[in-house]
Amino acid sequence: MKYGYYPGCSLEKNASAYHQSAVAVAGPLGIEFEEVEDWNCCGATEYFSVNLLGAYALVGRNLALAARGHHNGQLVAPCSACFLNLTKTDRYMVDSPELAGKVNQALGAGGLAYEPGSVKVRHLLDIIVNDVGYDAVAKQVKKPLSSLRVAPYYGCLIVRPGYGGVFDDPEYPMTLDKLMRVLGADVVDFPMKAHCCGGHMTQISQNVALELIRQLLKNASDYEADVIVTLCPMCQLNLDVYQENVNKHFKTDYHIPILYFTQLMGLAFGMSPHEMGIGKEFVAAGPALAKIGAKAPEPETATRKKRSKEGLPMPRRVEEE
Amino acid sequence: MSSAATVARPATFHDRVVAATPGNPHLERCLQCGTCGGSCPSGPDMDHTPRALFAMIEADMSDAVLRSNTPWYCVSCYYCTVRCPQEIHITDLMYSLKRMAIEQGYYKEPEAHKASDFSETFIDLVENYGRSFELGLATRYHLKHSPLGAMKMAGMGLGMLRRGRMDLTPNRIKGLGQLRSILAKARELGGAQS
Repeated sequence: MKYGYYPGCSLEKNASAYHQSAVAVAGPLGIEFEEVEDWNCCGATEYFSVNLLGAYALVGRNLALAARGHHNGQLVAPCSACFLNLTKTDRYMVDSPELAGKVNQALGAGGLAYEPGSVKVRHLLDIIVNDVGYDAVAKQVKKPLSSLRVAPYYGCLIVRPGYGGVFDDPEYPMTLDKLMRVLGADVVDFPMKAHCCGGHMTQISQNVALELIRQLLKNASDYEADVIVTLCPMCQLNLDVYQENVNKHFKTDYHIPILYFTQLMGLAFGMSPHEMGIGKEFVAAGPALAKIGAKAPEPETATRKKRSKEGLPMPRRVEEE
Repeated sequence: MSSAATVARPATFHDRVVAATPGNPHLERCLQCGTCGGSCPSGPDMDHTPRALFAMIEADMSDAVLRSNTPWYCVSCYYCTVRCPQEIHITDLMYSLKRMAIEQGYYKEPEAHKASDFSETFIDLVENYGRSFELGLATRYHLKHSPLGAMKMAGMGLGMLRRGRMDLTPNRIKGLGQLRSILAKARELGGAQS
């Protein structure tokens, strides 16, 4: 099965563990990715706030480039925001010939054109559960994630609003739950699984964002999850990187690692934690993964030089993690 | 999209909001049920819930609406959009209000322009490189709005760098000239309502 692949900016660096693990598990599942040539940013949640036609044209360039690929006209986007923007632009161009005309006029200035509806944009989870299927995934499981308590976190945009069609329930989705069960994990109930991680609010009003993140961490912790598994770089970033801020702000003590679903798939397929990019998370996954006998690599941080005992009595900085 | 032109009376604020929104957002159908505000993750922190804001639009209170923090606190989670019993495109309407607020200069007011500035800084970097650039965004945005906050962010940034999760330099796409021509043309075609 060959698909076009739109990694998006996050997967280049911040969420490189997601990219790495997605590509690694694709092989055994018979998925082949062809990256869109010279793709640009999807505009995230920001472009539509400033310039409407520009936002569509920005995404339109990606769709036009994707349509040139040598695949079945299906484009996979692992990032929820990219998935939303690509599906939204395509859908609105299909619905409005006037808009499609304007977007194509803009694309024409760069020598490109896009036929609305010609690229079918899918989320990575969708193709894994629906095209590959649970049974084919089950066949690859060599080290079941037995006894690992997993909270499956969907966030918003892959289940809502469904511009590119609906593959799971917008309020209480189950596909990721089932996938994790196939990997042998002990899937916990997670009532807030489709709630918002705060998106860009960490940058605009941190107090608003920290409360949203706290609620999610509390919910997962109430159900004694060892790990929250996500499918979106923004969700991963907010829950992982801001977990320490939540703890400081609310005087809580959460240490819940946030991993991509593809990372857990890889571990269950017998791939090494290092191959899965484990060690890049802020809240170390090591202690949780020890439950399934996976030894997490040392965090990819520069080792701090030991202070000599004879040194001046300076206050010590608490070591990270 | 210029439905206002066919209406015999002068365009109301409602007409202008609808005209700025793609497709038909069905704003006139609002029943004032409040499902939107009740579903909104940032509802408690908004000056007005979406329901209240829609009533204000009907009352032609453009100034109070465009000054409200409500659209800027929208996290684009689409809960309101999928739950609205009248199928109003609430998230799209929030984006329209943001664009109108920027165009009309409301969010250039010194105490309130953080959110719009975040969006504008983000897109400025995208237009310069073709891809987003987190380090550039974080430094430019935080140094401008809270140098003290920038110090706190610096620790987090260092953590990102050490884990190989942030680039020091932006990634440029090859077709940057092509992208800029496309965006320039989009601006030209979009006019005031882009």
